[in-house]
Amino acid sequence: MKILTCPVNGPRNITEFQYLGPVRGADAENPDQLIESLFYAENPLGILKEWWRHTPSNTILIAERHTVTDQIIATYLPNRKPA
Amino acid sequence: MPFSLLKYGLRSRHVPYGDIPKTPDLKRAYDVVIIGGGGHGLAAAYYLSNVHGITNVAVLEKGYLAGGNTARNTTTIRSNYMTPESVAFYKEGVELYETMSQDLGFNIMFSQRGQLTLAHSEATLRSFHLRAEMGKYMGTKIEVVNVQTVRELCPDLNLDIGGQHEVLGGLWHADGATARHDAVAWGYAKHAAARGVEIHQRTEVLGFEKSGDRVTEIRTNRGTISAGQVLQAVGGLNGQVAEMAGIKLAIRCFPLQAMVTQPLKPFLNTLVSSANLHTYLVQSSRGEIVIGGGSDPYQLASTRSTLDQKEHLAEGALHLFPFLHKVKLLRQWAGITDMTPDYSPIMGASPLTNYWLDCGWGTWGFKATPVAGKRMAETIATGRVPDILKPFDMRRFDNFALLNEMGATAASH
Ligand SMILES: Cc1cc2nc3c(=O)[nH]c(=O)nc-3n(C[C@H](O)[C@H](O)[C@H](O)COP(=O)(O)OP(=O)(O)OC[C@H]3O[C@@H](n4cnc5c(N)ncnc54)[C@H](O)[C@@H]3O)c2cc1C
Repeated sequence: MKILTCPVNGPRNITEFQYLGPVRGADAENPDQLIESLFYAENPLGILKEWWRHTPSNTILIAERHTVTDQIIATYLPNRKPA
Repeated sequence: MPFSLLKYGLRSRHVPYGDIPKTPDLKRAYDVVIIGGGGHGLAAAYYLSNVHGITNVAVLEKGYLAGGNTARNTTTIRSNYMTPESVAFYKEGVELYETMSQDLGFNIMFSQRGQLTLAHSEATLRSFHLRAEMGKYMGTKIEVVNVQTVRELCPDLNLDIGGQHEVLGGLWHADGATARHDAVAWGYAKHAAARGVEIHQRTEVLGFEKSGDRVTEIRTNRGTISAGQVLQAVGGLNGQVAEMAGIKLAIRCFPLQAMVTQPLKPFLNTLVSSANLHTYLVQSSRGEIVIGGGSDPYQLASTRSTLDQKEHLAEGALHLFPFLHKVKLLRQWAGITDMTPDYSPIMGASPLTNYWLDCGWGTWGFKATPVAGKRMAETIATGRVPDILKPFDMRRFDNFALLNEMGATAASH
């Protein structure tokens, strides 16, 4: 089983989490970036910063994960990236 | 034919022959370079060389021939989509499959046994009516059927599913079919090679040189070549290769998995699919039950299969056919799919004038192998995108002209 570490609840089975997609560079509020933010999401072969939710506790978190090795490098609460 | 076969069989010395020549040295320049030696790239090479007389063509494949998603798919062929643009396109694909074995003189084991999609809710039945009316209007064989007909089409199906997912009816698509995926690729490769198309295996494209709005050079691990026209058809890595050419596509990578059981006596005569259970099954001509479902839950460009998906697919399969509980699994595998936001492909022109796209095939591109090859070859040969491909242009996202096929794609591919 794959384990993701929730910053509040600790290591949990990944089936307890919902994937909410990449943290977007484009800003949906900015008309010039609307189309990019709707349709052109980040798709690197490498480290991707992404939104997840720990469903039972409704904790929204950010994970940094490698999209080729599937290795999870860090997880933290939004705006609280550890130094 | 039977007589010559008999004579061949009685001959004592059989000279083995290879359908696909060994990889030659790269030439300096080609009229057309096709990046990606999967079904799509090979079909385009076939139509360019056999129909349009363009034979100075190289197919560049980074691994072995057709070892990408062409080798990994569950071979569902169908045209029961939602939008008229998609139905028209996929219908042409099904028709090309119907005569492919004869056209190529190569047995692709085409088996048109029909696809049955199950409804477990009134809402699903309503969407089936929409698809059926669209399909009839476009001239395909499709109808909504009641439980009695579902039982007749598929007598071994468990219809009440423990009361939780009771079957209320189905979408019956008599045009639905399967074919042997490897044979499709090999058949096209053989005929393309016979006309002089060079197939370069273990030849990976690493980058491009551009001049203005044209690609001038293609860098590979075996040297740099130049090309008059370029076609990109690299399956799961379409987003990344386009980026090397400076083109941003609306594509994300997700793995798609499938698995297969030990062979059983024939009992399943149709393709069966359930969107609610995210599971579909088909019995191969060897007797194995091929089981597939939805994509993996998060973005990934790796082809490892997971225990989670194995359990999920087994659960769906056992709901539909409980007697499979003693059957052993032989293999499970994954492919990287290039998913678009609207579950439709991206075909046609790119911002570069000599660079053409056959991308965004996600979980649904095997059925389109012949039609995409035919129409992309036509595009390259004439320099004009035919009308049937125009709705699939990469700019449709910028114009909010999406072709939403999510409902008609999820868990039946
Ligand atoms: C598990 C699974 C089940 C599926 N089931 C179905 C189904 O039932 N019905 C259906 O219609 N579709 C299905 N699909 C989708 C279908 O398999 C694909 O859409 C289709 O095979 C795409 O064909 P292709 O030729 O475009 O790509 P591929 O067959 O993937 O070929 C692309 C080739 O490009 C090569 N390549 C990549 N990068 C480079 C590079 N830089 N240089 C040179 N070569 C490169 C790759 O090695 C690969 O061989 C399924 C997919 C999967 C994974």
